[in-house]
Amino acid sequence: MADENAVLLECRKVSKLFNDEGNTQQVLKAIRDGVGKDEIQEKLGTVVGVREASFKVHRGEFFVIMGLSGSGKSTLIRTLIRLIEPTDGEIIIDGEDITKLSEDGMRKVRRNKVAMVFQHYGLLPHKTVLENAEYGLKTRGISWKERREKAQGAIDRVGLSGWESYRPSALSGGMQQRVGLARALSHDPDILLMDEPFSGLDPIVRRQMQQEFGRLQNEEDLTTILVTHDLDEALMLGDRIAIMRDGEIIQIATPDQLVTNPADDYVASFVEGASPARFMVARSVMSDDPLTARDGDSAESAVEMMRERKIWSTFIVDGGNKVQGVMSWETIQRLAQSGGTLHLGTGVRKPVTCDSETPIDELFPLVLNTRHPVAVVDDRGTLQGMITKNMLLEALAHDIDYDEEDPESKPDLVASEVETSNQPSNEVTSV
Amino acid sequence: MFNEFPETIEIDLRTRVNDAISWLLDNFGGLFDFIAAVIRTVLLNLEDAITWLPWPLVLGLIALLAWTATRSPLNTVVLTGLMVMIGMFGYYDLAMITLAIIIAAVLISFIIGLPIGILAAQSDKADAVIRPLLDGAQTMPAFVYLIPALMFFGLGRVPAVIATVTYAVPPLIRLTNLGIRTVTQSAIEAATAYGATPRQILRDVQLPLALPTIMAGVNQTTMMALAMVVIASMIGAEGLGQEVLLAINRIDPGRGFEAGLCIVALAVIIDRITQGFADQYKESIS
Ligand SMILES: Nc1ncnc2c1ncn2[C@@H]1O[C@H](COP(=O)(O)OP(=O)(O)OP(=O)(O)O)[C@@H](O)[C@H]1O
Ligand SMILES: [Mg+2]
Repeated sequence: MADENAVLLECRKVSKLFNDEGNTQQVLKAIRDGVGKDEIQEKLGTVVGVREASFKVHRGEFFVIMGLSGSGKSTLIRTLIRLIEPTDGEIIIDGEDITKLSEDGMRKVRRNKVAMVFQHYGLLPHKTVLENAEYGLKTRGISWKERREKAQGAIDRVGLSGWESYRPSALSGGMQQRVGLARALSHDPDILLMDEPFSGLDPIVRRQMQQEFGRLQNEEDLTTILVTHDLDEALMLGDRIAIMRDGEIIQIATPDQLVTNPADDYVASFVEGASPARFMVARSVMSDDPLTARDGDSAESAVEMMRERKIWSTFIVDGGNKVQGVMSWETIQRLAQSGGTLHLGTGVRKPVTCDSETPIDELFPLVLNTRHPVAVVDDRGTLQGMITKNMLLEALAHDIDYDEEDPESKPDLVASEVETSNQPSNEVTSV
Repeated sequence: MFNEFPETIEIDLRTRVNDAISWLLDNFGGLFDFIAAVIRTVLLNLEDAITWLPWPLVLGLIALLAWTATRSPLNTVVLTGLMVMIGMFGYYDLAMITLAIIIAAVLISFIIGLPIGILAAQSDKADAVIRPLLDGAQTMPAFVYLIPALMFFGLGRVPAVIATVTYAVPPLIRLTNLGIRTVTQSAIEAATAYGATPRQILRDVQLPLALPTIMAGVNQTTMMALAMVVIASMIGAEGLGQEVLLAINRIDPGRGFEAGLCIVALAVIIDRITQGFADQYKESIS
């Protein structure tokens, strides 16, 4: 793949109006002036389907669009390949503004770059499973032999081998959706668009399909845009999630940001049911102000800082903030008593490290296996933050409902931290 | 003074229509000859083929079609029995001639009606023009169609086929239009999303999914053609219709009853068989 972080699809202020005959410009101006959806509908008789939606989707990313019924999700995802013509704004796919393309140009994009999976499957009922799976290749004019091969491969991947010659009506909902998926996969798209693909399925089949899809997505190296109103689905599959209300995108965030830091009450009510801890990563738990000192600093001042922050280890970093080691309170205090300076040598340990995206369940063993804080570093070893046992517990504590009336019910985390870090230990160090 | 409608504001449409027809005949005579030649060829070949078939084979064919279409032993026996009845009345040959005219008329109706129906489905403007024409055509008394057919093509089987087509084609156009317009949007959207051209959508999605409705149109057209064939015998169509006409002229109710019964029998046979195939197809795609 060319560039992992390249933007593959970008929406710039995309709006879609319904019933806007004759007053398009007026409504667009009202939108720019911030007039609400209901007011526009009442006064101008125009329905605002999508309202100045802007976002970027990167290559390989899994982007989720979420929102209540009627919030404009389907309208938005359909405008992306102009199944619904956007009224305003630009949609850039692979560097090309597709809103300016001719019918023919648009067809080329649909044939070569995108594939869509529909909520109601959108299968051709008079064609067999195999013929449905190969339909995208057929419009492209791929030879009979090649498209049979590819479609067969896709059918095998979605687990429908043996059903090739059946008509869709002979299949269950879950199987029909797999046919839809096979049709998309055989198309070999850069971008996969999915409008509530799992919502027609019963809960057990839905979970199963979601898991299978998560696996496929990784294997196939896809860039995916998924519309859903199932929070668990969004959190499980999404790299980033956009929340829509009344046609507007009101927050775009990673699952953990969304859960720990909702933009407003609407988003908060959306993510209410989610347990934040499940989606936390090192970044959302860590302190981004780690305690550091340089080789050659005075031990005395390091002791001061540690006392002040009640953290009983200090990271030793170089000029580029690269972690070189970690020193314990006892060592530094001993140095301070003899009026010395910090230096890389005896008493300096290799810190336990993780990166900022390490999920919380992988953090537990790391944090528990060292008496020092865990250093959060980027791939060059630069220190970005630190995680103490205390921080981990506090992050989890936010996820538990305390009885607000009774302050005693909240455990005294700070006290326990001091205690544990003063215990002598047989330290396990890792690199 | 209001007992007499004033002559001064009378419109003389009839001379204009007559003028128009003779103008068309003068200027496009070659075209009409060509159309007549094509229809005559189709008709003669069909008739030859059908009358060449030995009658046991025809009965076998009807039984086979009835069985594959309905999968019902009762239907198979009844439909074949109706054909036997026609033979027993002594109208086998005439029924075959009528059948040939009907097949030709339905074939031509299909060739003309399908494209017009597709056009009406794909363009609201075309629909707005075609729809009132169809409404008008269907309220027109069937006899009226005989006149222009007679004028342009004279007496005989060719104008009979043409009058029959004119009379029978509207339901096919109407139902083709309806069938295509009511194809589920989701299938069309899916095809569009995968880059299908309008032509591919028509071929791969709209026509196949509209087919049950189109077949219902063909069925209706066939029934109307059968009704028209009786009337068209007035301008020279041979077959069962002519028998009815003769019976009327000679005031022979028995003969008319027999011939009429044969027409009904023919109608039932054709209807059941085409309907059966339509239902089967519908079943398979839903
Ligand atoms: N063809 C249309 N004409 C008029 N209004 C429309 C049309 N299509 C959609 N809308 C309106 O646009 C808004 C967004 O609809 P959309 O279908 O995109 O919602 P959604 O988020 O996909 O909802 P759901 O979760 O129910 O699928 C709604 O207010 C809807 O009424
Ligand atoms: Mg929707």
